[in-house]
Amino acid sequence: MEKRAITSSILFKNARVIDPFQEKSYDTDIQVDKGKILKISKNISEKEAKEQIDLKGLYLAPGFVDLHVHFREPGYENSETIETGCRAALAGGFTKVCCMPNTNPAIDTRETVRFVYEKAGNEIVDVYPIAAVTKGRKGEELTEMVELAEAGAVAFSDDGAPIKNAQLMRFVLEYSKITGKPVINHAEDSQLKADGIMNEGVVSTQLGISGNPGIAEQIMIARDLRLAAFVNARIHIPHVSTAGSVELIRQAKAKGLTVTAEATPHHFSLTDEYMRSFDANGKVAPPLRTEEDRLAIIAGIKDGTIDAIATDHAPHIYDTKETSLDLASYGMIGLETAFALAMTNLVHKEAITLMELIKLLTIKPATLMQLPLPVFEKGAEANFTIFNPDEWWVFSRKNIYSKSYNSPFIGSEFTGRVKAVFAKSHYVTI
Amino acid sequence: MNLSIKHLFGLEGVPKEDIDSILDTAFSFREVLERPIKKVPTLKGVTVVNLFFENSTRTRISFELAEKRLSADTVNFSAASSSLTKGESLRDTIQNLFAMKMDVVVMRHPVPGSVKLLAQFVDAVVINAGDGTHEHPTQALLDMMSMKEKYGSLDGLNVAIIGDIRHSRVALSNIFGLKTMGANVLLCGPPTFIPYGAESLGVKVTYKLDEALEFADVVNILRIQRERQGKGQIPSLREYRNVYGITQQRLSKLKRPITIMHPGPINRGVEVDSDVADSEHSIILHQVLNGVAVRMSILYLLAGGR
Amino acid sequence: MNFKMKSHLMDELALKRTITRLAHEIVERCKGTENMRIIGIRTRGEFLAKRIARKIEEVEGVKIQVGILDTVMYRDDFRIKKQLPAIELTDIPFEVDDKILVLVDDVIYTGRTIRAAMDALTDFGRPSAIQLAVLIDRGHRELPIKADYIGKNVPTSNNEEVRVHMKESDGKDEILLVEVDQ
Repeated sequence: MEKRAITSSILFKNARVIDPFQEKSYDTDIQVDKGKILKISKNISEKEAKEQIDLKGLYLAPGFVDLHVHFREPGYENSETIETGCRAALAGGFTKVCCMPNTNPAIDTRETVRFVYEKAGNEIVDVYPIAAVTKGRKGEELTEMVELAEAGAVAFSDDGAPIKNAQLMRFVLEYSKITGKPVINHAEDSQLKADGIMNEGVVSTQLGISGNPGIAEQIMIARDLRLAAFVNARIHIPHVSTAGSVELIRQAKAKGLTVTAEATPHHFSLTDEYMRSFDANGKVAPPLRTEEDRLAIIAGIKDGTIDAIATDHAPHIYDTKETSLDLASYGMIGLETAFALAMTNLVHKEAITLMELIKLLTIKPATLMQLPLPVFEKGAEANFTIFNPDEWWVFSRKNIYSKSYNSPFIGSEFTGRVKAVFAKSHYVTI
Repeated sequence: MNLSIKHLFGLEGVPKEDIDSILDTAFSFREVLERPIKKVPTLKGVTVVNLFFENSTRTRISFELAEKRLSADTVNFSAASSSLTKGESLRDTIQNLFAMKMDVVVMRHPVPGSVKLLAQFVDAVVINAGDGTHEHPTQALLDMMSMKEKYGSLDGLNVAIIGDIRHSRVALSNIFGLKTMGANVLLCGPPTFIPYGAESLGVKVTYKLDEALEFADVVNILRIQRERQGKGQIPSLREYRNVYGITQQRLSKLKRPITIMHPGPINRGVEVDSDVADSEHSIILHQVLNGVAVRMSILYLLAGGR
Repeated sequence: MNFKMKSHLMDELALKRTITRLAHEIVERCKGTENMRIIGIRTRGEFLAKRIARKIEEVEGVKIQVGILDTVMYRDDFRIKKQLPAIELTDIPFEVDDKILVLVDDVIYTGRTIRAAMDALTDFGRPSAIQLAVLIDRGHRELPIKADYIGKNVPTSNNEEVRVHMKESDGKDEILLVEVDQ
């Protein structure tokens, strides 16, 4: 990875632009000056810029947005920091990320929200904190959501800790209407999950590993959708993992509920078959499900039931992954591999078009999180991701920029690769 | 005589030829156990560490005896798996031990997959002495040896496994091994004890004990852990005994005798009555003796060349 | 590995005569059969032991008990071989304490198998004596071991092998000397 400050002008020649705002793709040159788009036109003269970069064969799209990452700061800096997390984001083509509050202390005060902004102040990536819904993520008392929103919290979630108490969830949804920020509830019934380590199904039975059934997710989603409908609030469903969940969200959307949902690259790329390796890198919450579930998620992405692709990038220091499955932490890193997985498993499999993928990685998540997203036109901030949709490559440890390397995809072959990012007057080649 | 496997993680996927070799060799070793001096120099110079992250006196003693009967040097390491906190990884613990040059590790761990994880970190023969509810291959091999001793062959034999299949350490290995050897397997127990999609294992499932007894040449009765009652899975041991307990009264209704097996320790009067467990059709004590022989066989076949 | 026939050492009739002679020698030296037990070393030593026992039964009119010994567990060479040798059943269905045990094998060469067999036998008890009967002694001992009853002494070189064929395992009785080209 090489980062370069571009203080004056730079000319990108022969780019194939994917513009999700206008739903158009075309070949063009783009001149950027002082971090802003100066000119979009074919055949801009080379004399007009100090430096030029030929993008022949490469594509250019708005910088990607990930609405669900874990940067572990404050508290778990041995797994990731905001700095290393931003490096991983750039490697994956992401220029805006929303980080979850399961830090230590949890992001549940104005000070911790500001801490995240301060830490990320000099980063090329914009980091937006999601604040906790309850104090200390304990599921007991509401946080001061209005003040947190004013301090810059973009959404509210207790992340891995589901709000078990239905009445409290009702209050959360009601109160969130003051700010209009999305509420994100980890959808899992803890009792049904019990000590489940992987999806409960034929594979868990064959491996003797305790199972966490898909209904644990569906029952919680069903509850939350009913609550949201009753109090007329908006809700966002994170990392949808089962066919039944996709169906519940599809029905709710058909009834006009303001529900949004995300899916992770690992849930549309892997199944519980992965656990036959007993590799703790496959231990994730919610668990990897069956092929039927994987296909249902892709169908949900295709028909718009799923609004965004989010990585749930969850770095863990190796000690907590190279251990027995019960002690191993939940989660896997995902920023570096998200685009490649989506290209390989969605676009090249013809489930969706490249334009649709770019929307799922840019305007759709930005809109649902109400994040500013520079449009692609003259005078706007230059914030691009440059990629080759057809490059074949093998993902290895050296492609990981996160502080942790808990990925089940090391050694996997991908088609489609992020090559560079331009944001905040910096050109970053991966 | 070399096996196709290099480690014994489980019986899933282990070919019939390997199982035949293990059982045949085990019968040869069992003769050693009946000699006045029950020790042979076969594994002199081989160092075996018994790594037990969970209490299991029976299995550990059986392995230790097998190792000593073969003249191997043995070291025991016991620790509760909970002492392996997140700060100290399994990898560190194991690499520390193996810096001391071990040839074979026999490992017991409460969590599925842990034994396979271990194998990545060490250059030694790894033998699974039970990894939670995943596999316990030596138990299944001694069970199969005891059935083969009685019936000559496992092909076509009808074996019913009765009890808490879901939380059992021995059910899966038995199913994998018996299926490979051509036996027919039926699982029986209350539905709360039968894992999701159990039929996918290639077995039949029934909730009715009389159906299972009607089917079986052999019943392998699993231990009911007392802590299961009161957690909603079964109402009481009393009700369990009434519905699934193997009693003389139930057996006497059958037209033919059934061979009784149990991996131990037995809850007499719960899953099986004393007069059944001690009857002439019970081979429970053969299982114990065969356990030592089968473990000697595995140790020889996997570590004999080291 | 190629090999070349060098000579026929025994045919069926010669083998039969040798077994008869060995049987007589054993009975004579053990002063009868009462305290004598025969143990054959797997695989061909077992067949030979049974044939000798049958011959003694014919002559003496008593039942002779035969044990079978597998020496693999006591061998010192399986670690240097590519293929792990199979361990087969040892069956010694009698007490060995205070008995004269006559070990029977087909060929004695380095003496290592006999060393292993003697180690094994002492684990069964304390015999009053262990004697050794072999069909062929081909020399080249690596241990201080000597046979008590010998069918035939055959001087050999290290690149030769004695091949014993017996009806029980090979369909016919014959003993060949072959040269092995390694």
